[in-house]
Parts: sequence; C-alpha cells; structure tokens
Amino acid sequence: MSDEAQGDGANPVDEPIPFMQQVLDNPFLLLFIGITVPTVFYLIWGVMEIVSIPIAD
Amino acid sequence: MSNNADFRICPDTGFKIHLPADKLIKWNAVTAVVFLLVGGIFGLGVALTRWPAVHLLPADWFYLALTAHGFDVLLVWMIFFEMAILYFAGAVLLGSRLAAPKVAWVGYWMMLGGALITNIAVLRGDSSVMFTSYVPMQAAPDFYLGIIIFAVGALLGCFVFFGTLVIAKQEKTYEGSVPLVTFGAITAAIIAVFTIATGAIILIPTLLWSVGYVGHIDSVMYKVVWWAMGHSSQQINVAAHIAVWYALAAILFGAKPLSEKVSRMAFLLYILFLQLASAHHLLVEPGLSSEFKIFNTSYAIYLAVLASMIHGLTVPGSVEAAQRKKGFTNGLFEWLRKAPWGNPSFSGFALSLVMFGFLGGISGVMMGTEQLNIITHNTMYVPGHFHGTVVVGSTLAFMALAYWLVPVLWQRELVFPGLAKWQPYLFGIGMGLASVFMMGAGTLGVPRRHWDMSFADATMPYDFPGAAHLMMGLNGIAALIGGIGGTIFILNMVGTILWGKPKSKAAAEPEKPAAPAQPTVVSGYGSAGTMAVPGTFTLAMVFLVAFVLYYFVNWKYLAGVWGLS
Repeated sequence: MSDEAQGDGANPVDEPIPFMQQVLDNPFLLLFIGITVPTVFYLIWGVMEIVSIPIAD
Repeated sequence: MSNNADFRICPDTGFKIHLPADKLIKWNAVTAVVFLLVGGIFGLGVALTRWPAVHLLPADWFYLALTAHGFDVLLVWMIFFEMAILYFAGAVLLGSRLAAPKVAWVGYWMMLGGALITNIAVLRGDSSVMFTSYVPMQAAPDFYLGIIIFAVGALLGCFVFFGTLVIAKQEKTYEGSVPLVTFGAITAAIIAVFTIATGAIILIPTLLWSVGYVGHIDSVMYKVVWWAMGHSSQQINVAAHIAVWYALAAILFGAKPLSEKVSRMAFLLYILFLQLASAHHLLVEPGLSSEFKIFNTSYAIYLAVLASMIHGLTVPGSVEAAQRKKGFTNGLFEWLRKAPWGNPSFSGFALSLVMFGFLGGISGVMMGTEQLNIITHNTMYVPGHFHGTVVVGSTLAFMALAYWLVPVLWQRELVFPGLAKWQPYLFGIGMGLASVFMMGAGTLGVPRRHWDMSFADATMPYDFPGAAHLMMGLNGIAALIGGIGGTIFILNMVGTILWGKPKSKAAAEPEKPAAPAQPTVVSGYGSAGTMAVPGTFTLAMVFLVAFVLYYFVNWKYLAGVWGLS
C-alpha cells in the first residue's frame, strides 16, 4: 500500500507493493541484514586486523 | 490460539490487550524501575566521590559502586524497560496475542536471576572491574555468568517479540505495514539480537578464563568484541526511545509522522549502520588500521547520524503539524507555547528530544571523529556524552512514557500528580547539567573512572586547573538535583502501583496525566500530509548551527594540543 493511499485514509488501491516497502515489511530480512552488516564491517574486519598483527619474537 | 477471554479492552485507550502481555509488561516495567533505583543510588555515590570537596567513598567502594552503577542502569534498567516496550509495541499496538508467554516468563526470570547474580558478585567486592570488565582485570566467574544468563533471557524476550509479529500477521490483526512505533521496536530488537550474540561470543570465553579453563584472552580482541555488545546495547536504547518519541507524539497530540516512508528509511539506516559506532571505543588502539576506524566511526556512522537528525526533525515536526491542525497557527512557535508543559509525559518527551540532540548527539559525532577523539578519549567527556544519550535521552523518554503507561495499565491515578509536573524538569535539567559539566571537565583533561583527580598518592603528580575541580563539584550538585528528580519518579511509579486511587471513569478524567489517548493514530499507518512546519525547521537550523560551531571549536582545541611554530 502506498504511503499516500493510506495516509489519506482511502481504501487500499489495487497496485503492486513497492520493493522498498516489501523489504521494510519483512522483519526477518531486516534481522538478517541488521546482523550481517555490523558483523562484516565491524566484527570480522576488526578481528582480521588483530589476527594480522605480527607476533613479537 | 486464544479466545476473547484472554483479552481486555483498555477503558482509556480502547486497546485490546492480551492478558499475558499485560502482566509481562507490568512485571518488566516494575523490575526496570527497581534496578533504576539501585543503579541510581550507586550513581550518586560515584558523583559524590568525584566531587573533590566531598570525595565520599573510599577507593574500593568507589570502583564497586561504579561497576554496579554501570551494570544496573546501562544494562538492567534499560533492557527490562525495553522488554516492556517490545511486548507493548508487539502485542498491544498490533492487537495480537503474545507468542509463547511461557518462554517470555522464562526470559524474565533468567534476566532477573542473572541481574541478581552479577549484583551479588559486585557487592561481594571481588568483581569491581567496572561495566567494561576489560581483561586482564578478572572478576569472579559469577559476575560473567550473571550477565550471560541475563543476556540469554533478553534474547528469549526478543524471540517472543518476533514470534508475536508473525502471529499478528497470520491472524490479520493489522492491515498493511506495522505501525511506525512497532517498526521502531523491531529496529531495537534487531540491534538487541546482535548485541546479545556478541556478548555471548566474548563473555563465554571470559567466563571460562575466569574459572581457569582458558589460559589467555587477548585484550584488544576482548575490546573489539565486547564493544560490539557494550556500545550496541546503548543503540537498542536509542532505537527504543525514538520509537517512544513517535508513540508519545501520537498519544499526546494525535500526531502522524511527516512522512512514514522517510521515518522508516531512517530506522533502516539505524539497522544498517548504528551498531558500527562501537568502533568509537577503539580509536586509540594501535593494532587497528585507520581505514577500519574511519569507515566505522565516520563514513558509515554518519548515515546513522543522518537518521537521528531525520527523527529529530520529523518528531517535533509531526507535533507541530498536529498542533497547527488544531488551530495553533500564530507565529512560528504558538504550537510549542501552547503544548501541555505541565504534563510530565510531554515535558519529559520534549526535554529528552532536545537534550539528546544537543548534548548526546553532537558530542557523539565529535568524539567519533578519529582525529578529535584523541583530545577527549578516556576523559570525563565520555560519561558526559553518554549521560546525554542514555540518561537525558533514553531514561527521560522512558519516564515520560511511564507517566502515561502506568496509570493506563494499572488503571490507577498518579499518587503525586503535582510532583510529577516538576519531575521531568528536575531530572532532565539536573542530569543535563551533569552531562555538560562532565564534558567540560573532560575537555580540561580530567580522566574518567578515577577515584582521585588530585592524584595525591601518584608517583607522577599532576595538577588540574581550578576550573576542572569546579566542573566536578558542579557535576556533583547537578547529579543531586537529578537524583531528587529520579527519586520523585520512582516514588510516583511505586506509589501509584501500590496505593494509587483506582480510576473510575468519571473521577479519572481531570487528573489524567496525558491528553486523551489516540490509539488509532499510534497503532495506525499514515503521514501528516504536510511539510508546513516552519517552527520545527527554524529549531532544526539552530541545532545545525550549534552542531557545526561545536564541531569546529573542537578542531581548534585539537590544533592547540600540538604547537606548530
């Protein structure tokens, strides 16, 4: 349903649901990307940098 | 499947409330307030010790109190209240039954048990490792065990919330998209899952290390993974309190967001980027590259900052739009002047919004800049910043919601409505000033987590300027004012639940803390349909000018650190 259609209190019109709204209406997809993004950019990247620090002799 | 006997209709709001959800919301909210009291008492002990003229506690008690304060208010108070928000935003706003109430109760008891175990470990005196518990400092095993049990309990609560979303969709208790407030709660729950998972990743090996099964925990590795939990747990608060702002705007004014799409996109930016702010804490770690630090704390996190500024514009904008619709159209600010400033739900919400942006938000961006971070890292500036986010931002917003929620759920009148009018100002302004004074002291170099800023016994003494001592003294006074505000809140909540006069339809109206509730708006979908909010845009410009000025003033401070002549 479009923002405008519902915002005006009109009946939902018979139109395809926009892609972005389908994304935002799927909590489990959001959960997946909400876990993946910080895991890759913060956790994995950070851990890889520490692992690559040379060990002192 | 449950039948209608499992629901009640709220006489104030018309919400259809699933009885198990009702009970869980109440228990989680009450438990949260109890831990706010405990953590607040420890916090006062910390503030009065850091007031040089008072210096209340001996060193060992200071670090014990600091550990308990951090754990009880940063984690326990917040997460318990957020569980109440999740069940409210899931079951109540969607008019649905709660998924697996028994699992939710297991989660509740695990959280309570875990919180008690960790508190006992801290109070025993052998686990004064502060909230961060950086290795190689070692606490007793039950310190870590309690946090793990607490976290797993909270994870169960998140699963119950997600399960409730599935049930509500299957049983068609709502049409189309979930309400914006529920979407904000989904954002908070997603961040919570990441937070709890990373907490388990680091605290389980640390527990094993404390009992001797693991020989060594690398301190930098610990910091990287721990902060994925430690900072993200505060991002749950941010997402939750912004959902609360939208809820209060709808409840108090019938306000719809300026644009549903834009507000939801802003929450999506939180889901994607807010948790990367954890890297702020690693900006002086030599083992991590500048690329890692700058990507996480500048490029990516600025998208989350953009989201915060969108919320900071659209929430007051929605209130202005609603007020103008009611006829408050004179000048730029009649809508604001005629707002219900004597209603603690509104004053708490308004103060939370303004101070979160000006104190917590601006200082966070400044500190998150790799170059600028060096002038405030590990100083009092850091607690100054997070008292501007967690205390006057999240805690005050939760208090504002509680003034509406507690009388509605318990169907009782507030016991001290007169004191309640003053409470948000006392707490908000007191803790807001404490935040400012801490940041002032930090700018002068006063270290955080230090028992004695006079360095009386240090082998390398250092004298801070008199202004730094003044700042810490003023911080103590401000914390006392905030403490009085916090005490009034707790008295009002506990008193209302235990001794509040039951509401009768006729008698309840005059002293109702909130304006008539707007259940169809808070649980509905749709935009305000106007962008004509000149007052809000004017205030936003004031904010932006303050933001830019403060940012560049700190570059000037940085330039003064190293003489170039």
